[in-house]
Amino acid sequence: MNIHEYQAKEIFARYGIPGHKRAVASTPDEAFEAAQKLADAGHYFVVKAQVHAGARGKGGGIKIAKTPEEAREKAAAILGKNLVTPQTGPEGKPVDKVLVEATSDIAKEYYASVVLDRSFAKPCLIVSESGGMNIEEVAATDPSKILKAHFAASAGLDPAQARRTADRLISDPAKAKIFADIFVAMAKIFVDLDCSLIEINPLAVMKNGEVIAIDAKINFDENGLYRHPEIAALHDPRQEDPRDLEAQKHNLSYVGLTGNIGCIVNGAGLAMATMDIIKYAGGEPANFLDVGGGANKEKVAAAFRIILQDPSVKAILVNIFGGIMRCDVVAEGILAAVKEINPEGNSLPRNIPLVVRLEGTNVKEGKAILEKSGLKLEAASNFEEAATKVVAAVGAVA
Amino acid sequence: MSILVHKNTKVLVQGITGTHGAFHAKGMKEYGTQVVGGVTPGKGGQNVEGIPVFNSVAEAKQATGANATVIYVPAKFASGAIREAADAGIPLIVCITEGIPAIDMAKMKEYLASKKVVLIGPNCPGLITPGECKIGIMPGYIHKPGPVGVVSRSGTLTYEAVWQLTSRNIGQSTCIGIGGDPIIGTNFVEVLALFEADPKTKAIIMIGEIGGNAEEEAAEFIEQKVTKPVVAFIAGSTAPAGKRMGHAGAIISGGSGKAEDKIQRLRKAGVHVAPSPAMLGETVESVLGKVYDQEPGSRV
Repeated sequence: MNIHEYQAKEIFARYGIPGHKRAVASTPDEAFEAAQKLADAGHYFVVKAQVHAGARGKGGGIKIAKTPEEAREKAAAILGKNLVTPQTGPEGKPVDKVLVEATSDIAKEYYASVVLDRSFAKPCLIVSESGGMNIEEVAATDPSKILKAHFAASAGLDPAQARRTADRLISDPAKAKIFADIFVAMAKIFVDLDCSLIEINPLAVMKNGEVIAIDAKINFDENGLYRHPEIAALHDPRQEDPRDLEAQKHNLSYVGLTGNIGCIVNGAGLAMATMDIIKYAGGEPANFLDVGGGANKEKVAAAFRIILQDPSVKAILVNIFGGIMRCDVVAEGILAAVKEINPEGNSLPRNIPLVVRLEGTNVKEGKAILEKSGLKLEAASNFEEAATKVVAAVGAVA
Repeated sequence: MSILVHKNTKVLVQGITGTHGAFHAKGMKEYGTQVVGGVTPGKGGQNVEGIPVFNSVAEAKQATGANATVIYVPAKFASGAIREAADAGIPLIVCITEGIPAIDMAKMKEYLASKKVVLIGPNCPGLITPGECKIGIMPGYIHKPGPVGVVSRSGTLTYEAVWQLTSRNIGQSTCIGIGGDPIIGTNFVEVLALFEADPKTKAIIMIGEIGGNAEEEAAEFIEQKVTKPVVAFIAGSTAPAGKRMGHAGAIISGGSGKAEDKIQRLRKAGVHVAPSPAMLGETVESVLGKVYDQEPGSRV
């Protein structure tokens, strides 16, 4: 789960990570008032769009203002609009709030993050003297500029290890001490709050000598959220695709893609493989959708509804390998779901072609149920045939 | 022969009085697995499907001589259940539970490092030695005893692969789902080493997916240590970056974990990577044919 920069900075403040003086505004007037109150704190203001996406500067979501009046103008230019950045997709993300900060000039930018290193099964601090840039590019072009420090999740980052890392990054001992304290705090937040990523880019030394977390990004491990209701409450549904929200409501795992073949599959691995085989057969998948282990009628109906909301969908493939889930139950689910979304007809709405491949437990019974129902569909007897048939169906529609 | 589990494996079911625990305990028992006991704190003395229930793993182990356990308890309590089994000295722990926080698993790996324990999972279907012992949630009847070792990060995609083999009359030595989480107890490399050492396993199927670099590590290991033919499929060639594809660990992040990179690395290590998931069965068939040609009389 993602949160906004201003929320991440509130968490940083609780753990002693220094930031600029700041205030959140939902209207241009609030931005004006915020800037007025902050007027003594810095030389000028920065107005930052609060969206769940990076590269906001490139999308025009980060503006400099010299006066409170200008802060109001800049806020008015971005509030209430959708911000499009290289990471948002063409529709962008709505800007409901801006963060107004009093800032000054930066002397040097650094990078710091904490992630889980899966190979080591340990969290890892990653720092670099190349801040303010895309860290993946730094890693690709000049890996020597990246320093890593793994630490045990149970013990946290050892202050001495943090200090050694800081000393390799910056020679001024007073600043290295501040850096080390920031690294230890990041590590503590990571473990305390079940994070999957904490990133400060840039972490800056200002011309006036202060050390400041200019940006703040925290992502959380959804599996740990039950322990942190205060974090779960920060969830901002406006930043998410409505189809994702609908899927979450029904406990379905859904990811929208750009193709025209909708997929309903049980199991994440098989769902990915289904997308892959559609592509291999010459088609383009419209989505990833895992109905999970207990795909009852409600779940299958929700899956059809979510996929049919996508106007580019020209055909749907249902691929179920029944293990614990029996194929006859799935077949009943498909019939009930189609009846629910299209009570009048014996096909999907808009006459969208449906290809169903059932395999596994009670497959004969499942196939018989579908056959007897008179529902318009094409049955496929194996994985490859299913892909070929659905790709052909799209070709016929087009 | 097989790896990790066989007909003499004695299995406990932690969380046996829950819906999933009871359902799968029954399924395992029906398959022929020796399910010797169940564990639910506070419910000792009851029985489920004729299986005696104990209050703790230690008590159950002492009473039954169990040497494996399978965990079906909810995510909140699952790492506690793993710890309890490890403390009781159970050498094989299989955790089916999905949704355990990654930090808990990082701490668990530290804890288990000093113990002689094999942890399979979490977020996995379990493992099966066909005809002998099934520990987990997979449908038993799709399997058949034979020469192919199967290791996978997925559940239903593994069933698909197994079914393609069985439909071609090719059996399996042992099939292991290692789990879809970012941090898991046992990875490809450890399982590949076991298959390499198992005389009955003649070929190996490895099913990977996007996210992390376990497949790249496996490729490195195969290059150096594995003499048996390996057939692979990597799911997620069409998955977009930055999106979690169902499994907590199936995400391309920071430009790493792409299917394409994994496939290239595996091919470089001499692995037969099937271009389509529908071609796993036939790829194994052709590879096994070559093994048998070189080893006259080895056909089983």
